[in-house]
Amino acid sequence: MAVEDLSLKVPAGEICVLVGPSGCGKTTAMRMVNRMIDITEGDILIDGESVTARSPAELRREIGYAIQQIGLFPHLSIADNIGTVPKLLGWDKERISARVDELLELVSLDPADTRDRHPGQLSGGQRQRIGVARALAVDPPLMLMDEPFGAIDPINRERLQNEFLRLQQEIRKTNVFVTHDIDEAIKMGDKIAVLQKGGKMAQFAAPAELLMYPASKFVEDFVGADRALKRLALQRVRDIDLWKAATVRVGEPVSEARAKLADADLDMALLVDDQQRPLGWLSDRALAGERVEDNRRSPADPIVEMDDILRDALSDLLSSDTRYGAVVDGAGRVAGVLSLEVIGGFLHEPSTEARSGADLVES
Amino acid sequence: MSGASALGIPVIAQDAPEDFFGDRADTCVRDDGFCPDWIADNYERYIDPFWEHVFLTVVPVTIGFAIAFSLALLAHRRRWLIGPVAGVTGALYTIPSVAFFFLLQPITGLGKTTAIIALTCYTLLIIFRNVITGLAAVPAEAKDAGRGMGLTERQMLWKVELPLALPEILAGLRIATTTTVGLAALAFLANGGGLGAELDAQRFFKSNVVVAGGLSILLAAVLDLIILAFQRLVTPWQRAAT
Repeated sequence: MAVEDLSLKVPAGEICVLVGPSGCGKTTAMRMVNRMIDITEGDILIDGESVTARSPAELRREIGYAIQQIGLFPHLSIADNIGTVPKLLGWDKERISARVDELLELVSLDPADTRDRHPGQLSGGQRQRIGVARALAVDPPLMLMDEPFGAIDPINRERLQNEFLRLQQEIRKTNVFVTHDIDEAIKMGDKIAVLQKGGKMAQFAAPAELLMYPASKFVEDFVGADRALKRLALQRVRDIDLWKAATVRVGEPVSEARAKLADADLDMALLVDDQQRPLGWLSDRALAGERVEDNRRSPADPIVEMDDILRDALSDLLSSDTRYGAVVDGAGRVAGVLSLEVIGGFLHEPSTEARSGADLVES
Repeated sequence: MSGASALGIPVIAQDAPEDFFGDRADTCVRDDGFCPDWIADNYERYIDPFWEHVFLTVVPVTIGFAIAFSLALLAHRRRWLIGPVAGVTGALYTIPSVAFFFLLQPITGLGKTTAIIALTCYTLLIIFRNVITGLAAVPAEAKDAGRGMGLTERQMLWKVELPLALPEILAGLRIATTTTVGLAALAFLANGGGLGAELDAQRFFKSNVVVAGGLSILLAAVLDLIILAFQRLVTPWQRAAT
């Protein structure tokens, strides 16, 4: 039996990722939802209504469906591909046409340039976008996506993932998302169901919880030895307690600067301009006289932004000479200092708020 | 004139050059040669056989297509039928046409009907196999996506599978048509008429063979081009891709 005794509840408007090794039944489980595979025992309820109460074709038209191989119809134009389900539901021509344009824009393609082309004329990444657009055609509240970004190169995949997460912020679909890639699961999922062979649920949890408290050896292995690092991908710089920085200006009395230094977490003064923007780290000689002089030991590099993902910020720190970096807010003003110790401390203590992947939209 | 003299036949002086002209044409015809003048004078006698030949091609191909296409759709749903249908149509294909005509003679007599039945049978294998191959070559992911979007089996067949199988189906139709043009030249054996009858009537006369045979080849080429043009028209995506 491909899927045995699997039970889970997907809250409306959330992305639930089914992840597991190949042959674990994740695709089978997803395909049961729109009756591509019929369930032999048990039931699947959508909004309280059993899927078996509907005719399969009717049910499927109300559920968005996107697969790794995309499955665009090569003989139809992009517009006709996207308009497939609307046409089945009897929409009139103008409404379909308007919806096609809207969807093409939604997935960042130029309607005028794209709508009359055939799938064979598009790149892999463009086809994946069309696949997603087609699945969204009738604005279905529920989406089934089976490795929808699986067939493209890593750079385009990352872009599409980010675009989809941004889209999800707007459209708030309930989404059953299948992948074998734990990193994708952590990135995309509000909730992650880790499946074991036979469709057995190994763990069902939010990404952060999964990474911090794997329920079994299987989950721990599946999540990977670098699960601590993966947690960094779930957090942004703004989410952790930064060090306080001693920010000083040229011409400021040294006594004031020294007071700030005593109060700061890092024994190093950061020279800023009038707008509090970082200029560089000061040397001891800068504070030798009565007033602060512009005598820098190193440029203010790296500069980390509050919105950066912690993983990226860590990477910046590791690739620079210093083990700390100034953190700036949206306006470029210094907000604190991020150091390897700060990140290390964060990894030691469980985060208080388990943030979900959907909030991790790159913008 | 010099030729005639060389043979030692005295040239009888005649007053009108056209008589001389007719004389030479007669010689050509008597020698069963290739005589453009004779062809120019006699092309009208090929018009009716030509249209008969068109009839003997188009009717069997049309009926054959209807039968083979229906069988293929049936076998597409019930896969176990493919073997038996291919077997039977394949067996029909191997029957020599002369034998076929004589086998049918007690039932349908001699004439166009017999010829058409036999010619129809010869088209079945090619068309059936090409429809089946074409349907089988439809990308599985397109079918999966179609099913997942809620196409019914019938919608899938007519909106996805058949359009995508069209190039293969039309390729089969082209082979069947060309083959039938050739086979229809034997329809005269069943008293079916056509260009074959003309061909047979004076089979040693080069002019006749060239005209009757040439018209048959021309017909095959024209019909082939018509179907090809149709295919181009209905499968624009094939040119669009890459």
